[in-house]
This record gives sequence, structure tokens and C-alpha cells, in this order.
Amino acid sequence: MLRVLSGMGLEIEFPQEQTCCGQPAFNSGHAKEAEKVACHFLDVFGDGDEAIVCPSGSCVSMVKHYYAELFRNDPEKLSRAEKISSNIYEFSEFVFQRKEALNLNSAYKGRVTFHDSCHALRELRISSQPRELIKSLNGVELIEMEMADACCGFGGTFSIKYPEVSKSMLQEKTDSILDSGADAVVSTDMGCLMNIKGLVSRKKMPVKVLHLAELIAFEDTK
Amino acid sequence: MITERIDFKKNSVEALKSPKLKKALVNFTDRSRAFRRKAVNEVSEWEELRSEARRIKEDVINNLDSYLLELEKSVTRVGGKVHWAKDAEEASSIVVDIARENNVRNVVKSKSMATEEIELNRHLISNGVNTVETDLGEYIVQLCDDHPFHIIAPAIHKTKEDISKLFSEKFGVPEYEEPEKLTEIARKKLREKFLSADMGVSGVNFAVAESGTIAIVENEGNARLATTFPDIHVAIMGIEKIVPKFEQLSIFLSLLARSATGQKSSTYVSLITGPRREGESDGPRQFHLVFLDNGRSDIARSEETKESLYCIRCGACINICPVYRQVGGHSYGWVYSGPIGAVITPQLNDLEKTADLPFASSLCGACRDVCPVKIDFPHVLLSLRQKIVEQGRKKPDPAGFMEKIAFRVWSFVFSKPFYYNLTGRMMVFLQYFYQKGNELQGLPYPFSKWTREKNFPAFSKKPFRQRWKEKYHGENGTELR
Repeated sequence: MLRVLSGMGLEIEFPQEQTCCGQPAFNSGHAKEAEKVACHFLDVFGDGDEAIVCPSGSCVSMVKHYYAELFRNDPEKLSRAEKISSNIYEFSEFVFQRKEALNLNSAYKGRVTFHDSCHALRELRISSQPRELIKSLNGVELIEMEMADACCGFGGTFSIKYPEVSKSMLQEKTDSILDSGADAVVSTDMGCLMNIKGLVSRKKMPVKVLHLAELIAFEDTK
Repeated sequence: MITERIDFKKNSVEALKSPKLKKALVNFTDRSRAFRRKAVNEVSEWEELRSEARRIKEDVINNLDSYLLELEKSVTRVGGKVHWAKDAEEASSIVVDIARENNVRNVVKSKSMATEEIELNRHLISNGVNTVETDLGEYIVQLCDDHPFHIIAPAIHKTKEDISKLFSEKFGVPEYEEPEKLTEIARKKLREKFLSADMGVSGVNFAVAESGTIAIVENEGNARLATTFPDIHVAIMGIEKIVPKFEQLSIFLSLLARSATGQKSSTYVSLITGPRREGESDGPRQFHLVFLDNGRSDIARSEETKESLYCIRCGACINICPVYRQVGGHSYGWVYSGPIGAVITPQLNDLEKTADLPFASSLCGACRDVCPVKIDFPHVLLSLRQKIVEQGRKKPDPAGFMEKIAFRVWSFVFSKPFYYNLTGRMMVFLQYFYQKGNELQGLPYPFSKWTREKNFPAFSKKPFRQRWKEKYHGENGTELR
């Protein structure tokens, strides 16, 4: 992600103190614990003067939509959260807005299929941007899989609470990926990617699992 | 009412074992989703219809008391009688009493989730009243002594072979293979039931407050027969089913048919306003309408979750749900399944016994996008999860306790960068025994739940922030590798 963004001529800061947005606890019903971590997020990312770019749609959605809920009884934090919310972006939407500056010569050559991450798709309404970016890369072909917008079964602690159901959902997803005939599956959420890659590498499936940023800045190392 | 804790994990693991079930679920949900999509795409103002329906429902739930009184007045005006039932027990007793007072021997029922909720069949039958479901799916479910698998398609877990065998056993007919033949047998059997029934029981899809009209939506014509043949018609409605004005019905009828089955309109829409009037030669002589609360007025008072009551029971959320698609209806342990079951079952029953359900979702949000009244399912599920965790703080269970500790530790570590970094460093050592290349396998409990089926990424020896400091943020470095 860094390579892509700096390649676009952007100056990048990485606040060393950052940890997490608090979503894992929030989605599991532990609001107090989530609040503590979210407060830390607000402290680290300050007043939102600079754009915040994140490689996962679900973290962005947490900040954009659910901080308002988390801080509804704390006007001071709420106003800081609102300010940050207006300047936080999921990677693909951010890059798409500046696509003229993007180097389209990825070292990746081949056919890829795209998995919509649920939160990018349904909470941030991001769907065309990553696809357009993939299609614009030289030597890369996008093939749609069946039910690209179906959940991969991750769902945070859902995958630990109900691993059997989660696995069954994931199996359908990897079946669709393999059926598409693509050499790689690309997505824009680290959660989905970790989940999909977990099964792909366990079962040694013949497909690469890449974040969109990894696809754009792909380097032939092997 | 639920008496035992619903064990979603156990139920779902059981369901996942059946390839036959999986096949039925995939077929059914694929088909329903395609039908719905096509029907929805035909309506250019679909989004406006959804918003308008939501606005109407919001108004109904905010002013439920006055609308119920208005509806009662309207029903009484046209010669019907309204009964108020605070819970399932009371609702069943009301129906049993009506049957008893009128010496009813045979009841025909049309499909109704409210009657499933109050277990009306069991009550009627134990009081000596023959009660028969007349919706084909429900009839099959009743013959098997089973429970509905889906709110609008109760028998999708049965194959035609299952049904052929069932009919052969129950009715002594050959094992026919053709669905048409099987339907013909059921139709013949049910006709006899309609002709001998003294009372018909139905649900209510919508009840119009200003006119006292109830709308019943169906495709088989059985509800029309059940509500017009017998001398007595008893309709049971959850109190949220109100639509204020007659003209608003069309919005809901369109949303319901297209969302549920992908039809422009269902084959039958019966609009019933009171019993037979003077001078009319047919129709029931008595019309009773039972208002079923059973926990609904509590939901109406909850600002966070009251939208659960906007539901018009179309089943679109169920058909799109990737969890339901794996585990089916019975895993949810009660009358309602899928996303709507996960939000409504815990609110209509004891929260502790149903605490598994709000967690039985990956929060993918597909349900919210198809819901004709725009119920924000993830929001309601999250709010129920919080409530469950807070309740657990008073009465801890071992798993909940462990989770609480885990998140306490997590929130401490993740709000202190020093400990966060330290933990990362420690993991690099701890993972040594489990590491295979860049990934981890065979982790101890509870992480074993992940590594049983999947690899987990290993912690990097040189964490990103160190690489950042050294390479990218160094004097000359502009490239991070």
C-alpha cells in the first residue's frame, strides 16, 4: 500500500502509536472495551487534517458509521470522531479518486477475480472502484466469479464462535474462486484476505490471494 | 415459548452434516434470490417504496396504542370482535374458548407464523379439536410432526421423494413421483377438510386501522377457503401488523409479493372486512380478530431495536443470508429463522436462552440491503449483542467469562502502544512451535478453532513499524521493501 501511494507522489506518515479501531470488541458486544481502543485511535489520528487511508473497508466503516454510536454520550469525542470520519478512506476509493497518478504497469500478468468485502460493499458502497483499477492495469484481466458479493465467512469473532458455519461459507467462496478460472483472487479487506488465504494455503489451492495494493505493486520475486 | 436454551452451534453442526439439506438450501436460496432480483428491477421507484413503507411502519410502531384502538373500533363497527392477548398462552386460550363456545369439532388453518408462535395447533388438538394445516407446505410439515423450515416456504427441507413416501405411509397411496400427482392427493384430502370445518383460523398480513380490513396474501387459495367456508373465522395478528390507511396497502402488497416470491402480486389477496353482513348469502357468521402482544410492546419501547417490528415477513433476508444458506431454518431453534429470527427470537423470548442467535451472523449486511422496510439488521444485532454481554456481567457463564477477560486484556494491550509492540515481539517467540513458513498451524485453544481448518498468518520477525523506521523513514530511503 505504501509503495502504491508513494509511487503516486503522496507524502505518507505512519503514526507509530496506532493499534486498532476497536471493531473486534464492538462487534462482539463489548462496547466498553471497544471504546477504550477507539479513544486511543482518536488520540493517535488527531484532528483528521490529513487523509487517513486504510487497507480494510471494515475498519473505515467502524470509524465512519459506528464511532457515532460508540461516542454518542460524549460530545467532545463525538465531534473529533466526526471530523476524522470525514477524512478517512478505504484504499481503493482513495486511489481511484487519483487514478491518473497511478502507475499501471504491474508486474502481475494474468487473470484475477475480485471478492467484495461486505463492509466496503454494503457500508461504504464501494464496488466499481477496485474493479476499475484492476481493469486498468496492463496485462491484468478481471473475471467475475459467481456471487462475488457473498460473505467469505470471516465476520471477526463469528469465525471463532461458529467455525463450522464459517468454514462452510468459506468453502463456497473458494469454490467460486476456483471455478472462475482466475490465477488470483483480489480483495480490499485484510480480514477477508486472511480468511480466504487461510484455507487456500492449507488446501494448497492453485490461486494467489492478494490485496489490491499487492496486485498493483506486484513484484516478481520468485 | 422457548423453554430450553437454543444451542445454535450444536444445531448448525448437525445441519451441516447433511449434503441433501445443503443441496435443497442452495437450490431454494439461489432461485428465490434470482426471482426477487428480477421482480425488484422491474420497479423503478423501488427505493422510494421501501422508504415510504419504512416511514409508515415507523409511525405505526411509535403510535401503536392509538392505532390498535382505532383498529378495534373499526373491526367492531363492521361486526367483528377483537380480543387482546398479552402472551402466547392467553392467545391460544382465546381461540380454544371460541371453539368451545361454538361446539367446534374441526378447524382448518391457513399459514400463519403467529399461530406457530403460540403453538395453537397443540392447544386446539389437546382440547379435542381436529386442526388441519391447509397450506401444502404446512400440511406436509404437520403430517411429519415437524416444524416449518422457512417462514414462507415451510417444507423446503423435504424432497419430492420424502413427500411421496410420507403420503404413501399416511394415505396408503402408491409412491408417486410427480409433484403434480402428490399435490392432487393433498388437494383431495384438504377439500374434505374444508367442507367439514366449523371454524377457520388464519393469520393476518396487514390490518388496516381505518377500515378494519385484514389482508391475507397467499398463492394456493387455501386461505380464502379457510376464511370463507366455515361459519367462524378467527384471525390472529401480531400487533405490529397494522397499516393505518387503506390506500397504503398497495405499497405493502407490492413490496411483499416481489420480495417474498418475486411475483408482481401473489395469486390471491383476500381483503376481509368483518363477517357476513345482513342480506349476504355466504361468508362466516362470526369474525374474531386476536391481537397478539407476546413481547412486542416491549420491543416497541426499545429505541435501539424497535425496527424489528417493521418486518412484513417476506423472507427476503432469509433467502439472501449466507449463514441460513449453510445451516437452514431449524438451526435457529424457533419459529423464525435467518436474520429476522436472529433479531426477533431473542426479543420475544428469554434473552439468556436465545443468546446464541444474535451472534449467528457474520454481519455481512446483505439482509439490510434486501429488506423491503430497510431494517438495519447489523445495527439491531449489535445492539442485542451488547445487551447480552451486559447481562452476562451479572450472571457469568464460563465461555462468556473467558471472552470478557480476553477483551479486557485486548483493550488494555491495544490502547497502550508499548504493550502492543511488546506483545507482537512475544508472539514471534511463542509462535515458534506452530510456524510453517509464513503461517501458523495447530494453535492451542481457542485459536485451534481457526487452525483446525485454516492457516493463520505468522507474526513478522521484523514488525512493520520497525521496517518503516529503518527503511522508509531513514535518511535516504524512499522505498520500503
